Amino acid sequence: MTKKPSTVLDPRGIDRTLRRMADQIVELNNGTDNLVIVGIQRRGVQLADRIVRIIKANEGVDVVSGALDITLYRDDLQTVGPRPVVGATTLPWTLDDQKVVIIDDVLYTGRTVRAALDELADFGRPARIALAVLIDRGGRELPIHADIIGRTVEVAPGHRVDVLVEELDGRDEVVITAKDED
Amino acid sequence: MAGPLGKDLLGLAPLSAEQIRLVLDTAIPFREISERAIKKVPTLRGATIVNLFFEASTRTRISFEFAEKRLSADTVNVAAAQSSVSKGETLVDTARNLEAMKIDMVVIRHPASGAAQFLAERIESNVINAGDGTNEHPTQGLLDLMTLRDKFGELAGRKICIVGDVLHSRVARSNIWGLTKLGADVAVCGPRSLLPNAIEEMGVTVFNRIEEAIEWADALNVLRLQLERMQAGYIPSLREYNRVFGVTSARLDKAPRDIVILHPGPMNRGVEIDSDVADGPHSVILDQVTNGVAVRMAALYLLAGGKPELAEAAKKGAP
Repeated sequence: MTKKPSTVLDPRGIDRTLRRMADQIVELNNGTDNLVIVGIQRRGVQLADRIVRIIKANEGVDVVSGALDITLYRDDLQTVGPRPVVGATTLPWTLDDQKVVIIDDVLYTGRTVRAALDELADFGRPARIALAVLIDRGGRELPIHADIIGRTVEVAPGHRVDVLVEELDGRDEVVITAKDED
Repeated sequence: MAGPLGKDLLGLAPLSAEQIRLVLDTAIPFREISERAIKKVPTLRGATIVNLFFEASTRTRISFEFAEKRLSADTVNVAAAQSSVSKGETLVDTARNLEAMKIDMVVIRHPASGAAQFLAERIESNVINAGDGTNEHPTQGLLDLMTLRDKFGELAGRKICIVGDVLHSRVARSNIWGLTKLGADVAVCGPRSLLPNAIEEMGVTVFNRIEEAIEWADALNVLRLQLERMQAGYIPSLREYNRVFGVTSARLDKAPRDIVILHPGPMNRGVEIDSDVADGPHSVILDQVTNGVAVRMAALYLLAGGKPELAEAAKKGAP
């Protein structure tokens, strides 16, 4: 049994948050030179695309971007299992000496980010890698922290955080679905 | 734990169209891995896979080995001639002994039809059929489907003709099952002596003249003529076979459309296929080899996996 979902961010809230995150990404990297924005499949990719567009509008430059599917780098194939269809990984031909910013929708246990770091290492040796997430819901199982956080929310284990994006879900919204205690 | 394909991959006959599409869709990102500088992902790290080959095979074994290594599995190759089989050990004893060494999967090639299923029913490890007698060669069928899908998009309504020794071909059977399940129109063409009786009951059209097949088809899957068939009296001579059934550029030039040419290899150039066709612009034979590694990676991955729907939910925080 689950209770009615509660909205954490509405469309305007998501847009406002992404604009702030885009500014922070540029500031963190002292501009846009050698900057590569990489979204984690699936919804991290849409958020990354929007951040790239915001940076283009603000700074007047095209930032290199890519998509990362971490399915094959998960550490839980036997217990959790694969998604049936593995998504695409599309990255610039080299990440050597680039300043990479990983974008994801929700930061939870940290295992997705660990897998993303492993995968990025197979594509080169970036000068640095930063992590930017729309939602940090706590509950870390690994020593991983985001450099840029859109919104921090307290969510009990077992409750769901869903980031919905217009491109895939038909609307922009961040909702928490709480589990009934009984 | 059984994944989306179940415990074993024994043939395309037992798979649904949806399961076949799942393997083909999954193989696409795996093909991308083979194009990376580091052609390896850690997905099957810690898994041990035994390639148990009771029949000579180079390309299938190497293709499986590449697939296994690119998924970071540990692999062991066992050839029957070097194993205790040569001392009289049974198939089940061989497999049980290997399983006692804590292996996770067996890829088996065997001259007897049904050997893969026989093994799968008796051991806990996942079993992949890499060709059993004249029964099935599912990963070859899947790589053919992937190659055709690359060319045509959806296969529904496409006309595919399998040419040559259909009678002894496990590739033909896997092709017929897979293609018909995905909605393609399938035909066979070859000497009557090399076509199974009542092949029409599998839902295929029969052509006795290669010219008719070429006029009809969008693609020809040309099978290897096994040379021992000549000694066994199935055909009068290789030269005559080439003259009557050979896929030549002169014949293809008369086709009403560009025909895609497949061949599972190894080829007898100048017998079932001429060199200028095998190396020509319509040949996808090397694409088949590339796709073979990707399809086998996908099959290994899907057999090793657990409950697909839980992966996305875990990220969101669902229990």
